[in-house]
Amino acid sequence: MLRMQKLASAIQDAAKKLLEEKKVDLVVGFSKGSLPLRSTPCFIRKPEDAAKLTWDCSCENNLANYLRKRQDRVAVVAKGCDVRSIVALINENQIDRDNLFIIGVPCQGMIDRAKVDAALEGKDLVAVEEKGDSLVLKANGITIEVGTGDLTHDTCKVCRYGNPVIYDMMIGDPVPDKPEDNFADVAAFEALSPAERRAALAAEFSKCIRCYACRNACPMCYCAECFVDCSTPAWLNKSTGTDDNIMFQAGRVFHSAGRCADCGACDRACPMGINLRGMTRKMVKEVKELFGYETGVNPDEKPALAEFKADDPQPFLVKE
Amino acid sequence: MIIAKNALPGLLDNLIAEYEVYAPVKEGTYSLFKQIGKGSEAYFGFLNSKIPPKGILFPQSEKLFSYSGAQMEECIDNKKKVVFGLRPCDAQSLLLLDSVFKNDKYEDPYYMNRRANTLLVGMACSEPAPTCFCTSMGGGPFDSKGLDVMLTDTGDEYLVEAVSEKGRELMSKMGLSAAGEGQKAAAAKVRDAAVVVCKVNTDGLKGKLDANFYDTIWESFHEKCLGCGSCTYSCPTCHCFDIVDEAKDCNGCRVRNWDSCMFPLFTLHGSGHNPRTTGKERMRQRVMHKFKYFVDNFNATACVGCGRCIKNCPVNLDIREILADIQGSEARSDK
Repeated sequence: MLRMQKLASAIQDAAKKLLEEKKVDLVVGFSKGSLPLRSTPCFIRKPEDAAKLTWDCSCENNLANYLRKRQDRVAVVAKGCDVRSIVALINENQIDRDNLFIIGVPCQGMIDRAKVDAALEGKDLVAVEEKGDSLVLKANGITIEVGTGDLTHDTCKVCRYGNPVIYDMMIGDPVPDKPEDNFADVAAFEALSPAERRAALAAEFSKCIRCYACRNACPMCYCAECFVDCSTPAWLNKSTGTDDNIMFQAGRVFHSAGRCADCGACDRACPMGINLRGMTRKMVKEVKELFGYETGVNPDEKPALAEFKADDPQPFLVKE
Repeated sequence: MIIAKNALPGLLDNLIAEYEVYAPVKEGTYSLFKQIGKGSEAYFGFLNSKIPPKGILFPQSEKLFSYSGAQMEECIDNKKKVVFGLRPCDAQSLLLLDSVFKNDKYEDPYYMNRRANTLLVGMACSEPAPTCFCTSMGGGPFDSKGLDVMLTDTGDEYLVEAVSEKGRELMSKMGLSAAGEGQKAAAAKVRDAAVVVCKVNTDGLKGKLDANFYDTIWESFHEKCLGCGSCTYSCPTCHCFDIVDEAKDCNGCRVRNWDSCMFPLFTLHGSGHNPRTTGKERMRQRVMHKFKYFVDNFNATACVGCGRCIKNCPVNLDIREILADIQGSEARSDK
């Protein structure tokens, strides 16, 4: 907790200075949320408000989402995955790098609220305390201690880019390197028969209420008109139904091929707890295997689908 | 009356023989109201269901009629239903929806038919959540208004009380034994211990909203909002809908879907004009509709304090904070 407090206070100082020196008009970061273990995106425009900024393991939203097509000069408090999305958005001309100041924060991983709910068996968290490498969760009549690792979001567990790949200022010590992601979760899905895969997807997407929190939480979903909202032609039924729900998500995932930074923001935003990463990571894996490309890890690299190479593999077109 | 907890599945089985029975069903870390085929499927371990039970009467996607060439068939649902285990806040929300779907200007046969055929068996809230603020919105954890029967969890048993005449009839079919004085006292103890901690000040709120449509306060509320429908779809009182035809050639149906004022498509005109172009206007609409327009139209606030929008918001945008900010702002006149 002390480490987090130090980070928060360093972020506050940096934000205050940037605003005082009028280097930026706005700092986008996190402030303390209204619920335990929750932070909330916040927008600071006055130096004296910089004290509202915070940093801890509940800063789960991808703030790159707030940076597209801005006219003002913005500083952003960005963890590793936010920065990957920022790089992707710079590549797509959605962010003017010259107008963006990146306050990079190495990230050890964010807490998965669904795992907290599961640990508390559906009771509401009323208080939380940090105790070494674990969190003491308190609900009405229950107090339990859970290892932080057991509560970490699955995205963060396999993330190899906790350290921002580009930044104007880095706050905090870098986090250690992690081994290559073996996509064991995707491999398990691929091992299923087509009928089993269909059943697994149907089980997940029957829960979808089409609130579009996933789409709207995604920094890369910025089409002026989303294909699901289009009425001429109507690509999808507006009614909820498992098949249409799957098509919606499949369309979204295809559209983010080579653009998805596997940040897990969609998954964390879903109020229904749908395993959205099951689909997004399948695409991430395909792109990595086919084109050797990972989104937003190298600012000088062209996005996989924005470039043609004579030796691009085409196993889906011709037998090689 | 009294029923032992282990006898409840059997009681539900008996109801299932006569009614479509809807009850909370455990879905991983939350519950949802679903039609149950067996009494044992019901699960009452969670407080509020993830999505409110309003969808039983006002489904998210509801076929109004279907057509095939010149043949048309209206879809009116006349089946007898029991919603078992809904919370007092959700019962209160149905009273609010009643005024939308049946008033001096309009009566909606789809909703009202279901409503007339539905019995509501409530479950009092022995352990209100930190996000509950029902007592600030005219309700309470043991408020029985709108219900037909009310259950109180006393540990190993439920105290069962009739609230309406229809509820009394339903109870007479349940074959329950009378509650003793000790059991009634146990229920009273649970009731006294159930405290809703969170308070939201609504005094004078309507007056502020009457005057602050053009206030600069609306410039910032929406800034972090993603514009998804998580809050409105999990709200028991939100009732905006959109009607579409889903058809191929001459065969199809007309469907009524939940809509959300948070979507850019909301109130987008055929001409391309939209009176609510940005998140600012849409957020203002959500707050105004609940705390001003609904009061103007039906003399009630369209919020029951269930706290779902707070818990489900992906960016922790908290309606309580918005209301507090409005309350803290200077009263002004738009003129």
